Amino acid sequence: MSNYKAIVIGGSAGSFPLITKILASLPKNYPFPVFLALHRLKHVRTGFVEALSIKSGIPVIEPNDKQQIKPGIAYLAPSNYHMYIEPGNTFSLSTEEMVKFSRPAIDLTFETASNVYRDKLVGVIVSGANTDGANGIAFVKKRGGLTIAQDPQEATISTMPDGAIKATQIDHILKIDDIVKKLIEVAN
Amino acid sequence: MEIEIDIQDIRKLVNTVKAKYAFDFGEYALSSFKRRLVRILDLYKFKDMNELINKVNFDKVFYENFLKEITVNTTEMFRDPSMWKKFRETVVPELAKLSSIRIWHSACSSGEEVYSMAILMKEAGLLEKTKFLASDINEDVIATARSGKYPLRNMPLHSDNYDKSGGTKKLTDYYKTNGDYAYMDLSLIHTTVFKKFDLVLGKQEQKFDVILCRNVLIYFNLPLQDKIIEMFSGTVDTGAFLVVGSKESIAWCKSATKYSTFSFEEKIYRKL
Repeated sequence: MSNYKAIVIGGSAGSFPLITKILASLPKNYPFPVFLALHRLKHVRTGFVEALSIKSGIPVIEPNDKQQIKPGIAYLAPSNYHMYIEPGNTFSLSTEEMVKFSRPAIDLTFETASNVYRDKLVGVIVSGANTDGANGIAFVKKRGGLTIAQDPQEATISTMPDGAIKATQIDHILKIDDIVKKLIEVAN
Repeated sequence: MEIEIDIQDIRKLVNTVKAKYAFDFGEYALSSFKRRLVRILDLYKFKDMNELINKVNFDKVFYENFLKEITVNTTEMFRDPSMWKKFRETVVPELAKLSSIRIWHSACSSGEEVYSMAILMKEAGLLEKTKFLASDINEDVIATARSGKYPLRNMPLHSDNYDKSGGTKKLTDYYKTNGDYAYMDLSLIHTTVFKKFDLVLGKQEQKFDVILCRNVLIYFNLPLQDKIIEMFSGTVDTGAFLVVGSKESIAWCKSATKYSTFSFEEKIYRKL
């Protein structure tokens, strides 16, 4: 039995090929929901899900407000909304103020996911151009979850993994291929 | 790092407000409610939740401000341009058949969507036969809506949305600039009535052909969403349109069976 129940991944600039790679490597019967908090163009509502879906091993969807969370699905935070994980296995969305110039904000998805999944959560921060996600991954760590940052030397833009590493004692600093291995390992 | 709020603190606050002011936050969506509280703690420099709870309990004036800070008022003109385009192309022809049109902005916030809809109806040649009700729980934002005065820095985004929504002119045709502000053409709202209205407790006697309630239900839990959709059902006749936010869905509400989906993509529903 795995110790974990959910995965949350945050990234922005330079993260698209990494996320594609991660999703392509996940088996169809992956036992966890995967929450994707990625910075994206504000008013481009469509296209991103389709682009991520092409190679993904599991379905990728943008949840509606109050949609039920299920294992084996990747949930992409919708354009111009914050994506929160609520108690009772549902999402809620929000149009509240941007955090670090971002909506969706990585910090908020990570924080709310850590409130619900506590030490059963795996948080991953990859390439990105600001420090959104640093506070979020610190929450994951504080609640006893597993924390992973992409090796800043490998990241296209290292501000985001650097921010995460500075914010808390990250459990694993890994290259993307090893992040993929880790995400499969924690599921077994 | 910000002050942490636990669930017991939230319950205590909700119970205090309920006992003292008969207002129930118990059906608000937890995560966003909690974030609003963190924001208020920060804004007023409270050191913990107990301090906030005491202040709410013993200071009615503060409580009024608290209520305003709890509600989220981010909005844009023509937010989600594709919805406005769909509305223009598919709903407007239906509305044009009516002898008079009644539109309710049920949580109008600072009014950006009120002007958006008025512009759209004007361009469709229907403004003169349309009556609008624009309501919100927060009187301060209603005052902004009524004034039509918006920060100039927001206008490029609004213009961009307007163009994508299929606008036939330029957004700049509808406002004048003075200093750092845009002043909307107030003739756009000459058939609009503004009113304070609480979606949770309020009773609506009028009937409408279109209700807009966009990005409001997300702040409530499902049982409360249910109640509001049910309340809406009583204020419309068969064929009326209900528009919610682009990532909201009434599919899980009990009254969903009273509506058909007019546009799945744009979250436009029609009363059966």
